[in-house]
Amino acid sequence: MSLKTECIAMLLAGGQGSRLGILTKKIAKPAVPYGGKYRIIDFPLSNCVNSGIYTVGVLTQYQPLELNDYIGNGQPWDLDRANGGVHILSPYQQIEGTAWYKNTANAIYQNINFIDRYDPEYVAILSGDHIYKMDYAKMLAYHKEKQADCTIAMLEVPWEEASRFGLMFVDDEGAITAFEEKPKVPKSNKASMGIYMFTWKKLRRYLLEDEANPNSSNDFGHDLIPAMHDAGERLYAYPFDGYWKDVGTIDSLWEANLDLLNPKVDLDLSDTSWKIYSRSPTAPPHYVSSCAKVQNSMIAEGCQIDGSIDFSVLFANVTVEEGATVRDSIVMPGTVIKSGAVVQYAIVAENAVIEEGAVVGERPEAMKDRADWGVTVIGSDITIGKNVKIKPKEMIDKNIV
Amino acid sequence: MRANNVLGLIYSNAYDSALPEFTSLRTMGSVPFGGRYRLIDFVLSNMVNCGMSKVGIVTKNNYQSLLDHIGSGKPWDLSRKNEGLFILPPFASRTSGVYENRIEALKGNMRFMARSNEEYVILSDCNVICNMDFTKLFDAHTRSGADITIVYKNGPVPKLDDLMTFGFGADGRVNEIMVNRAINGDANYSLNMFIMRKSLLQRLINEAMSLHFDSFERDIFQRNVLNLNIRGYEEKGFVRVINGLKSYFDANLDLLVPENRRELFKVDKPVYTKVHDEVPAKYGLGSEVRNSLVADGCIIDGTVENCILFRGVRIGKGAVVKNSIIMQGTMISENVSLDCTVIDKSAVIKPGKTLIGDKSYPIYIGKEIII
Repeated sequence: MSLKTECIAMLLAGGQGSRLGILTKKIAKPAVPYGGKYRIIDFPLSNCVNSGIYTVGVLTQYQPLELNDYIGNGQPWDLDRANGGVHILSPYQQIEGTAWYKNTANAIYQNINFIDRYDPEYVAILSGDHIYKMDYAKMLAYHKEKQADCTIAMLEVPWEEASRFGLMFVDDEGAITAFEEKPKVPKSNKASMGIYMFTWKKLRRYLLEDEANPNSSNDFGHDLIPAMHDAGERLYAYPFDGYWKDVGTIDSLWEANLDLLNPKVDLDLSDTSWKIYSRSPTAPPHYVSSCAKVQNSMIAEGCQIDGSIDFSVLFANVTVEEGATVRDSIVMPGTVIKSGAVVQYAIVAENAVIEEGAVVGERPEAMKDRADWGVTVIGSDITIGKNVKIKPKEMIDKNIV
Repeated sequence: MRANNVLGLIYSNAYDSALPEFTSLRTMGSVPFGGRYRLIDFVLSNMVNCGMSKVGIVTKNNYQSLLDHIGSGKPWDLSRKNEGLFILPPFASRTSGVYENRIEALKGNMRFMARSNEEYVILSDCNVICNMDFTKLFDAHTRSGADITIVYKNGPVPKLDDLMTFGFGADGRVNEIMVNRAINGDANYSLNMFIMRKSLLQRLINEAMSLHFDSFERDIFQRNVLNLNIRGYEEKGFVRVINGLKSYFDANLDLLVPENRRELFKVDKPVYTKVHDEVPAKYGLGSEVRNSLVADGCIIDGTVENCILFRGVRIGKGAVVKNSIIMQGTMISENVSLDCTVIDKSAVIKPGKTLIGDKSYPIYIGKEIII
């Protein structure tokens, strides 16, 4: 029997992230590398620990191998605990048969027993694919203050982007009066961040009702929360105004990495009061040689830099040989960029080899038609042969020699 | 090598006096090195990488920073239910106070040794930096039938108190041991790593104590050179012995040579250390970095040449830092000029200052000093 816990977190990490293409061929989206040494899931996990939430269920389904391995016993996040800690929750066989997690609400429904063991007052439902720093303890305090049944974190987004989000209408008290799911013409710019705080007793009841409803698609945003709203439960929006990014697409992943190099962007990872923890590689400090030139970039440990690096993020153990150029790019762990190669406006996944003289990606200025431009992606363990040119927007998951 | 049959014993305080600048606040074992390591990481990783699973660290004084670094031994996989890492602080019993020498230090830990099931023991100090394979040492020791095998290096002899140099007979046995011999030129000198049966070590310590012997080198090795089968094992890889500020400075800068790094940081034998969760290093617009090792958490806006930057160092705009070792969390402000300096942790060099040492005599700035 576990100790009674006031608030536990359930982290939805089963998503495939299909728009990330070959980057999520072998790994779930929350396991995608980010920011030179992190994976996306480090953010919600670190937020939990920094907020004082030490019981976290991580719901995995799609390609869980790497994610399970990465989380392990939770030690890097101080989540290897005698009481609580991190628990990987995969779909399991039950007496009625085996059921995959059908959708977000169904995934939580299937783990009601897990939550009940901690007998919590509140349950935070988090998503494993956002980059942000947020104090869930403050959100919980707000939830209590409003005597809410469900509190949804809310971000004001630029109007031109509003139509991509689930939008909310909020009164002066912060109570949610209406929802609008990805409308063509938005009438609100208050977007749901997909971060929810529930009073567990209420959530539990609605999970059971939602599951019993054959017409429900068992999704929080689509079914369960509207059902709560229709029944007159107390729904509140918790305003958040920091950095938040859903790295759902190649472009947004590329941007979110390069945001770290932009002093105007409000995402400081070196803030010691809110550290982002990760499983660190065992590597010596990186080496920058006499023939290297590094500008406005982030470089992780174990790298060997002899080439020129500009406005890029390099993960651990990347080698850039003399005469090679990396600009406006993200290079993931263990990749080798050989002499004379150029990597620009690209994401190169783990352990790839870019041979001599190869050119990956193109600068937008150099395009005849800007509509053809996009970030180039090289998959993990791929070799790009000598003097091969890879066009913008391409995704390469086969060796090209 | 049945690795779990070898007990590790590390003296964390040996030769503290050789680096008085650093060790007024810490042990030799916790002296920072190579951008993100402490000296003890090397011997500890060597032991772990060959599969040894029980290591005792003998401490004497100033060991708070060591405890902080080592913690439960998790980074070395030594936080275990069975065996693992043991910190052995001075254990004052009726017969012994805080120990004065190696023999007394070991005497104080006889119970630890007696309770260990391992048949062999490897003794080591912390002031030797190398990535060596103890499995090969073990094999050489058992194959030769030696009672004691000493790891040695052939080369110019570093100046260290009580350092042993020795010669070999035709049968490969050590037949003469000198202590503190003044030598110009090369010799076989001890790296103060020894392997022997635990039972032999226990016997030698007990004998030495009963005779009031106090010198490990003179009374145990020199006296027994003909009674015991003592042999040598030559370490031919990258080895640096720290015996003062100059050698510390040089050994750090030697890591800028790719070949040395390859020998010290082997992919299959990594050097483990405590994790700090720092962000990768950030290079600003206009930064210029050449021939330097840079650890996580650094923020560089100035010029850096031939340097080792530890974690979380900041180099301000317009600063020019050359041939220097800058330790964790130190702040080099704008327009500072440094050459041949060693700057300890969390120091602050205020804007516009200039400090110039010499390669033969680097300037040392202490921990948390503000200039």
